Amino acid sequence: MKIHEYQAKELFKQYGIKVPKSVLCEKKENIEHTIKDFSVPCVIKAQVHSGARGKAGGVKLAQDYQNAIEIANEILGMELVSKQAGAKKVNKILIEQAVDIEKELYLSLTFDRANEAIALILSTQGGMDIEETAKTTPEKIYTELIKDNFNPLETVSKAGFHDNISKQIADIISSLHKLAKEKDALLVEINPLVITKQNEVIALDAKINFDDNALFRHEDILALKDEAEENPFELQAQKEGLNYIKLDGTIGCMVNGAGLAMATMDVIRLAGKNAANFLDVGGGASSEKIEKAFKLLIADKNLEAVFINIFGGILRCDFLAEGVKNAIQNLNIKVPVIVRMEGTNKENGADILNHSGLKFTVIKDLNEAIEVIKNI
Amino acid sequence: MSIFINKDTRLIVQGITGKEGSFHAQSCQQYGTNLVGGVTPKKGGEKILGVGVFNTVKEAVKETNPNTSMIFVPARFAANAITEAAEAGIKLIVCITEGIPVYDMMEAKRAVKSNGARLIGPNCPGLITPEECKVGIMPSNIHKKGHVGVISRSGTLTYEAVYQLTQLGIGQSTCIGIGGDPIIGTSFTEVLEAFQNDEQTKAICMIGEIGGSAEEEASEYIKTHITKPVVSFIAGLSAPEGKRMGHAGAIISGGKGTASSKMQALANAGVTVCKNPANLGITVKNIICP
Repeated sequence: MKIHEYQAKELFKQYGIKVPKSVLCEKKENIEHTIKDFSVPCVIKAQVHSGARGKAGGVKLAQDYQNAIEIANEILGMELVSKQAGAKKVNKILIEQAVDIEKELYLSLTFDRANEAIALILSTQGGMDIEETAKTTPEKIYTELIKDNFNPLETVSKAGFHDNISKQIADIISSLHKLAKEKDALLVEINPLVITKQNEVIALDAKINFDDNALFRHEDILALKDEAEENPFELQAQKEGLNYIKLDGTIGCMVNGAGLAMATMDVIRLAGKNAANFLDVGGGASSEKIEKAFKLLIADKNLEAVFINIFGGILRCDFLAEGVKNAIQNLNIKVPVIVRMEGTNKENGADILNHSGLKFTVIKDLNEAIEVIKNI
Repeated sequence: MSIFINKDTRLIVQGITGKEGSFHAQSCQQYGTNLVGGVTPKKGGEKILGVGVFNTVKEAVKETNPNTSMIFVPARFAANAITEAAEAGIKLIVCITEGIPVYDMMEAKRAVKSNGARLIGPNCPGLITPEECKVGIMPSNIHKKGHVGVISRSGTLTYEAVYQLTQLGIGQSTCIGIGGDPIIGTSFTEVLEAFQNDEQTKAICMIGEIGGSAEEEASEYIKTHITKPVVSFIAGLSAPEGKRMGHAGAIISGGKGTASSKMQALANAGVTVCKNPANLGITVKNIICP
């Protein structure tokens, strides 16, 4: 789960990490008096779940009040388009005091899958694309896997910091590590972490991603979820306990199991089309859940056809057929529905579909699926 | 022969009195697996499926001498269940549970390693040595005894592959789902090694998916250590970047973990890479019976 910068900075404050003074604004009519009560120069920052906000025009420096009000009006409500997240409407802005920057650093703790440990990355080259720095000047990036005997002061010294700010950076690392562990964060990133002209170390940005599987023990974090940032279909699916991801294609698909769902998307691609979604109904789905999943799927306006691919193991094909039949009876579906069922109770499932009086294209294997989808 | 499980497997099930636990324990027992006991805290002394229920793994070990445990404990307690099994001396731990937090798994894996145990999963369908022993949740009837070792990160996609093989009359030595999470107990490489050393296994079918670098590491291993033919499919060629495809581990991030880079690595290692999942079975058949 992702949260906004302003929320991450609130967490930073709780853990003793310094951040600039700031105020959040969500309504155009509040911009003027909010800024009048603040100080200039200030930075106006779009609060959306997206990287590269600066490049997309979502972060700007204002020198005086008039300028700040203009920029705030421009950013609040804009469509922020980034390569990573596509187009997103800006519903909130953070107005933040500008800081006298002496030097920009990069600091993050991230779950390193290859080593199955948390890795610390610290670089004297912050503020810019860290991946670019890693490519061109790898010697400027210090990486360390966090072990039981982790000593932040030693780490900071190994990373090349020796002066009086070492202690400040080490303290920030300790706080970040504590935050990550206590809140089940898989990424905590500060880019840039700045050293000010007054020799203070401050987090100018904040990014935190949490482990979805651990949210059950963090009600405070779950409360930070911004539903406006989520795709409405995906949000609906989450509430129904379905694993659904909206995609750009025209063939809706419903599958049990994530691996088979991906393979089914690949089969659709082999037929020269693209999947409209990823939908894994899971192992033990009931016919009611199948019906809900089907309704969600069919609400997509771009569909040319629906492809249901079920390998019944724990999920029984007759439950599936019952759910699909019920969903179709109650909806006026204009696109063809292609069904492939294999495994547990497939004969009963086929019987239900064949006697439903509804039109299905029942196929026997994935090669036949490719042929049928090709000809839609 | 086969790998990891066989007629000598003595199985306990952690979470045996739950709905899923009891259902699948029974299915394994019916398949011929020697179920010797179960564990559910506070239900010690009860009986289920003709075997005793114990409060702790330690008690179950003392009374029933198991060598394998299958875990159906809910996600928030599952990592502790793994640690408990490892500390009680169980040598093969198969964790079916999905959704265990990453930090919990980091600790559980340390416990598994320090006790010299092997963990399979979590978030996996388990494993089966056809017509001998099943420790998992896969549909039993699609399997057939034979010579192809099947390894996969996914559940139903494995069933698909096995079904295709069996339909073509090709049996399997052992089929094993290693799990779809970022942290798993046993990697492709370790299973490949076991299949290479297993006399019964004549060919290997390896099913990967997007995310992480396990397939790339496996490719390196295959190049230098595996002499048996390997056929592979990687799911997720059509998956977009930055979206988690169901499994916690199946995500392309920063341009890494794509299906095409994995396919390339495997092809470079001499693996027959199958681009169409519908043709997995026939591709294996053509290789072992040319």
